[in-house]
Amino acid sequence: MQKQTFKQLEEEIYFETLENGLTVYILPKPDFNKTFATFTTKYGSIDDHFKPLGEDEFTRVPDGIAHFLEHKMFEKEDGDVFQKFSMQGASANAFTSFTRTAYLFSSTDQVTKNLETLIDFVQAPYFTEETVEKEKGIIGQEITMYDDNADWRLYFGAIQNMFHHHPVRVDIAGTVESISHITKDHLYQCYHTFYHPSNMSVFIVGPVDPEEYMEFVRANQASKTFDPPQQIERKFDNEPEHVKVAHNELNMEVQVSKCMVGIKSIEKNISGDELLRKELSINTAFEVLFGKTSDYYTDLYDRGLIDDHFSFDFTQEQNFGFGLLGGNTPDPVKLAAEIKEILLKEAQNPTITEKKIDGVKKKNIGGFLRSLNSPEFIANQFTRYAFNDMDLFNAVPTLETLTVEDIHTALKDFIKEDRITSFFIVPKSGGENE
Amino acid sequence: MKINQTVSRQQGLSLRIVQTKKFKTNQFVFKFRSRLNENDVTARALIPYILQSSTKKWPTTADFRSHLDELYGAGASVDVNKKGEYHILSFAVDIPNERYLKDPTPLAKEALNVLKEMLFNPLLEGDSFSPKVIEQEKRTLKQKLQALKDDKMRYASQRLVEEMCKGEAYALHPNGSEEKLNQVTAEELYKAYRNMIEKDTVDLYVVGDVDSEAITSYCQKEFHFPEREPVTKPDVKSINTTDAKEVVESQKIKQGKLNIGYRTNIVYGDDDYIPLTVMNGLFGGFPHSKLFLNVREKESLAYYAASRVESHKGLVVVMSGVEPAKVERAALIIEEQLQAIQNGEVSENELNQTKAVLKNQMLETLDASRGIVEVLYQGEVADAPVDIDRWFEKVDAVTADHVIAAAKKLKKDTTYILTSGEE
Repeated sequence: MQKQTFKQLEEEIYFETLENGLTVYILPKPDFNKTFATFTTKYGSIDDHFKPLGEDEFTRVPDGIAHFLEHKMFEKEDGDVFQKFSMQGASANAFTSFTRTAYLFSSTDQVTKNLETLIDFVQAPYFTEETVEKEKGIIGQEITMYDDNADWRLYFGAIQNMFHHHPVRVDIAGTVESISHITKDHLYQCYHTFYHPSNMSVFIVGPVDPEEYMEFVRANQASKTFDPPQQIERKFDNEPEHVKVAHNELNMEVQVSKCMVGIKSIEKNISGDELLRKELSINTAFEVLFGKTSDYYTDLYDRGLIDDHFSFDFTQEQNFGFGLLGGNTPDPVKLAAEIKEILLKEAQNPTITEKKIDGVKKKNIGGFLRSLNSPEFIANQFTRYAFNDMDLFNAVPTLETLTVEDIHTALKDFIKEDRITSFFIVPKSGGENE
Repeated sequence: MKINQTVSRQQGLSLRIVQTKKFKTNQFVFKFRSRLNENDVTARALIPYILQSSTKKWPTTADFRSHLDELYGAGASVDVNKKGEYHILSFAVDIPNERYLKDPTPLAKEALNVLKEMLFNPLLEGDSFSPKVIEQEKRTLKQKLQALKDDKMRYASQRLVEEMCKGEAYALHPNGSEEKLNQVTAEELYKAYRNMIEKDTVDLYVVGDVDSEAITSYCQKEFHFPEREPVTKPDVKSINTTDAKEVVESQKIKQGKLNIGYRTNIVYGDDDYIPLTVMNGLFGGFPHSKLFLNVREKESLAYYAASRVESHKGLVVVMSGVEPAKVERAALIIEEQLQAIQNGEVSENELNQTKAVLKNQMLETLDASRGIVEVLYQGEVADAPVDIDRWFEKVDAVTADHVIAAAKKLKKDTTYILTSGEE
């Protein structure tokens, strides 16, 4: 077991990669009541085209399967795992993102028992035709609920505008149609391919003794047998650099229009420090340009083009990435045009100064400190970083080294006219109020 | 489990300091409360937003936020809420503890300075806030009220309460109404602000690893809240319930909503309040509850089906998202779940599970500084100070009979259905 200490932050993290390939991280928080633990696989909605374990040919699986699998993991021959957790005083949950599926619990009591339940249930798949069929109804309802959610439609609308083929364009839950094709065999195939310990990690935060908990996980894993680790081969179709469509919109039963501007990243294989620097640079640039202290924000807000829910974010994963900026607005056409103009102008004639960047740095140093109050943040973000060969605790030190030139260059490479798109949600015409 | 709270009262302010080394930041939260009232709810809802967007020292949002960035990203936020029939305005600043920074400049005092500037030094033109700021914040609030209508889950919850509590203060949305927003004048706003400072019940919570003495003396010197009468307690119990009613509305949506409101006449602080929360846990508060298991899992009728207690108003509210064609079936199953508890179908297992989850939930809440503030304030509002150890004992003492008795107190009042236009 290794240990890394962050003296100024008064935090330490313990970690070890076990024989079967599973990586375990433990961050003690002695003053907390609860322990929060995640068990995460590097497998998400984009992993729809791959070589199944032990096979030579690539196969494609129905859209929404990673999320479907996440739901089905909770059902066992002897009942629902949620019940077991709550009987042990824990609250459990799970989520599926583009690149990860995470199972988690938090509890203040019977923590080792809950940890055992977490690891064991994720490592014991149980799917039958009957339970798979029943789940289609439940997930169908979930999909329908998201269909009515204007913010979600806005988010996905912008992503679908950007990407021609990349599976990030597919809704994480799939569609009612796509999930209708899912069978138990598909689930086992995906499970065996992606849920191998070497593709997963465990993260534990709470008032725990690291050596005791590490030993607990070691013993648990040693009592089970796994195939030898194998490199997972995923396949992604060639994705053009330009966006699929420059604009699209959707009518919905909403009162206020919504506007999202998307910028597509062209990185195809990025990880580690390079990825970290890229993410930090673009996000810093966005913060300087559109943060609440910026002239642009003040101007857009004063003119009523945005409200205080205006948001921006840049995400980069190994083979896809995008920036998104937008929110509610009375005039989406104008807002989109102005955001686009600001970005293009900035890429050509940079105005971002050292002083502005220092402000963002200071803000982020405090923001990171605040994040360390949250076990959920630590576990989820650390895992995401680790899957991309980055270190969460290196984010602030790296940020501190960014120069004006770094940020100018990053923006110049990123912002190109044909990589920008916009998506609007507009109220259905007529009968605005009932 | 103890919360190390020290309370000191000075003129119109109660200062509550909770010492803990758990967090890397220190939290400061002002709570102003008065009675929810149709006449001033909308004006009051604007005040926190006006105050945070322009002060004499920081006339623009950008000035204010730049200052916060300089303080290592201190977080400032305001919030407008209701607890029972109280209208609550909150102003919070969360600031890093310099112990964890390379730069040792003390920051706690800076947090108090920010709050002081926000509360006592607004940008005024005569006896009025700046017209430009008023317009801006009115517009933002209007968008917020409209956005509420777009979030069907929240919309259905609000509509149920409006229908169920027609004529009661509780029917008011804490953010007020669009109609009133169009009419509210600069004079009304200034008056609402003065009332907030001069008449509201004011609490300041400080949570973190702080110097209590320094904070107490700062407050004595810098925060001048005149002496005041306590805000009178709302009477939320003497409501005559008539026969249960049903309200159906239709919109072009895919997923219907079925919300049901029950009156219990049990409020926070009552002897049977803890049994009621346990009963709610069995009924619909958690993933192991009867609603979740039967409406969602067994019948695949709904994506969500849950219930919650409106602790300071004495209501239990069921919320569910269902296919429009299945609303009736879902309503029936929901009713059956309540009857099951009333008829004594409360297993030892369910009871223990619910208590365990409730206790877990409480301990987890206390792992966040805002959580500590909310738990303490909950008791403050009900005039029933929180004692965590005692709370645990009370939860442990709840029996199946208590739960059944609490369930029998539920009287169905209103069913609200939001369905699709396609008939």
